[in-house]
Amino acid sequence: MGTGAEMNGDAEPRVARSDVTRRALYATFFKIGISGFGGVGAWARRVIVEERGWLDDREYADVLALCQVLPGPNVGNVAVTIGDRFHGAIGSLLALGGLMTGPVAIILILAGLYDRFGAVPSVNGAIGGVAAAAAGLSIGTALKMIERLRPTAEVLLVGVLAFVSVEVLRWPLLPVLLTLAPLSIALAWRRRRARWAAR
Amino acid sequence: MRDDGDLLLQLAVTFGLIALVAIGGIGAVMPEVYRQVVDVHGWMTASELANLYALGQASPGPNGMVVGLVGWRVAGLAGFAVSLLAANVPPALLTFGMSRLRRRLGAASWLGTAQAGLVPIAISLFLANGVRTAQAADETWVAVAVTVATTLVVWRTNFNPLWLLGVGALLGLLGA
Repeated sequence: MGTGAEMNGDAEPRVARSDVTRRALYATFFKIGISGFGGVGAWARRVIVEERGWLDDREYADVLALCQVLPGPNVGNVAVTIGDRFHGAIGSLLALGGLMTGPVAIILILAGLYDRFGAVPSVNGAIGGVAAAAAGLSIGTALKMIERLRPTAEVLLVGVLAFVSVEVLRWPLLPVLLTLAPLSIALAWRRRRARWAAR
Repeated sequence: MRDDGDLLLQLAVTFGLIALVAIGGIGAVMPEVYRQVVDVHGWMTASELANLYALGQASPGPNGMVVGLVGWRVAGLAGFAVSLLAANVPPALLTFGMSRLRRRLGAASWLGTAQAGLVPIAISLFLANGVRTAQAADETWVAVAVTVATTLVVWRTNFNPLWLLGVGALLGLLGA
């Protein structure tokens, strides 16, 4: 590939392509896909970095950083990126495909079962219970993230604006995002510049 | 036949567009999914969507499965396939392109800034998703209690969420 330009550490994978076969790509992501109950992200990292050693900590963090700002599930984007790194477009296909195979099969079975038995009061009750818990999961995770973030007043304001417009006012998401996202990024940019200037 | 084709198109467009702004996955844009599926298209009630979302949460893999389940409900297997493809292929292509582009351009600091800007919005959307799901799913005091309890446990502790979903299922089962 390149002459080892170290700028972005991306020129040549640390682990040789031949060490990561296409089959291994598919199989590894298949394993990640079915093991992660609501925690696929952490699991993916553990398998890729610690178990297989395909990327080291730094490289993975780098990949994740980009994947997190792009649309789509983080782990899906990671699969595409890592798959490409080792085997190009085919690699991305194998990795993402592997990731989704198990979940898709399982969900289809669940969908069939739900169609059959969903109306049964106890089943319906159980699923309703899971939904109530899932709601708590989302809320609790958001609260935890807010705590960790230690938002400044302006960051908090952005968050509140997003929440109110989407949840209270029920405005469509796209216009809200198209307005708030650039604003929020601009504010973050301003904060960053201020930090540099302060050095 | 024509109706089905129309439906498939609607599913594809609806989920395709939503997925393109789903930073962090479908969980972040669930309020919009509710809006489209329940309010705009009237494909099902909020409470039914909450149940499908729960099913997606309870099964392994990324949480984006809810769109497949909606597609399944609306148009069977074809709906399932179309919804999942529409929601996953465009973002995957975008990621593919961006990661290649990034390799050309080298590491950039704009990523950190973009992240810093988007994170508060993503968190708010997760919160909104939780609130919306709670509204749809919490029809009894037991359900409200489950939501509150789960919120506190997830917020304050490090327990595996799977256990909580299981407890929710059990309580829901007993309450029925």
